[in-house]
Amino acid sequence: MTVPLTLLGLLEREPSHGYDLKRDYDAFFGRDKPLSFGQVYSTLSRLARDGKVVISDPEAGAGPDRKRYVITDSGATEVDSWLTEPVAPEPHLQTVLFAKVTLSLLLGRPAEHYLDTQRAAHMQRMRELTTVKRSGSLVDALLADHAMFHIEADLRWIDLTAARLDALAQEVRR
Amino acid sequence: MTVLEARDVHLSFGRTPALRGADLRVAEGEILAVMGPSGSGKSTLLHCLAGILVPGSGEIHFDGHRIDQLGETGRSALRRDRFGFVFQFGQLVPELSAEENVALPLLLSGVRRTQATAEARVWLARLGLDGLEGRTSGELSGGQAQRVALARGLVARPRVLFADEPTGALDSLTGEQVMDLLVSSARDEGTTVVLVTHEPRVAAYADREVVVRDGKVLAVTAEAVA
Repeated sequence: MTVPLTLLGLLEREPSHGYDLKRDYDAFFGRDKPLSFGQVYSTLSRLARDGKVVISDPEAGAGPDRKRYVITDSGATEVDSWLTEPVAPEPHLQTVLFAKVTLSLLLGRPAEHYLDTQRAAHMQRMRELTTVKRSGSLVDALLADHAMFHIEADLRWIDLTAARLDALAQEVRR
Repeated sequence: MTVLEARDVHLSFGRTPALRGADLRVAEGEILAVMGPSGSGKSTLLHCLAGILVPGSGEIHFDGHRIDQLGETGRSALRRDRFGFVFQFGQLVPELSAEENVALPLLLSGVRRTQATAEARVWLARLGLDGLEGRTSGELSGGQAQRVALARGLVARPRVLFADEPTGALDSLTGEQVMDLLVSSARDEGTTVVLVTHEPRVAAYADREVVVRDGKVLAVTAEAVA
């Protein structure tokens, strides 16, 4: 789910070729797991099929692999929604949170509001789990504790990131 | 119904602003968590709401009446008769027994000693401290001392209980036990709670949370989550 939206977000900066998109994605989001070219082009094809991107006129003399992709209004709307809406808290969200914050900063958008709403979503889930702990069995409490410690780790990351937003924005825009 | 309200509250310590236009409403019976990073102004806000500090400007209302305009005597009476307090390190009087510590707010309000002692015993038993009535704070564990502090905070049946990092000095499990008792006792009594904490696990006991940042109160909801 993250890869198509992240590629779309990168296209919102400027129209781009598949090769350049892969390079930018790997630099910011794929350090541990670079995208394959196959995944880039299959994702771009699906985005084109769904009307999120269009392929601009090929450059003169360019081969079929030099297609230039341009985000559509529908694609831009989807990126906007994705960047502003918090996701449902669950373990192992780090990559999604990271992608949203970094992409927001790359696009020159304020990431603070997103972090605030995400914090609120996490706290809401913490309250639900606390209710489970207080009313359920010890086994329920153990399960709730496990989820809460993971959510708490996200919350610590959210708070630290919020405190570092200005420095992060400078770094990603360099 | 709103029981406590801060309106555009500003307060500086010397040249350092701590609150810069803080607004907050606390509903009757609500348990509210006030979160925020160190130095954000969350404890200062609690102290203003509780009549411990007087804002440089802005208004504090309790039960529809401005309390920021009261003198020290009026605010002191309010803190004694209508508010309860629990702080991070309990702050029990070390020379007094657990029972005497809990009875103290009632004695200060003019309740007869026999009645105050009897009520203190009820609260100590309610918080699982049977048999520890005669111990001083030095003879209690951290969790037991904090439960005594909670009993002292609630014994006079305050309208509002102010709790500033009430589990900050406790391990996770003991902190949970204290929070369970704090929340269930407050619910039973219908006491409004203003809980300052930087710990999400503690704030999760509240009905809602606000975040204090740079001296202002942010109330963000997660309504956009699917």
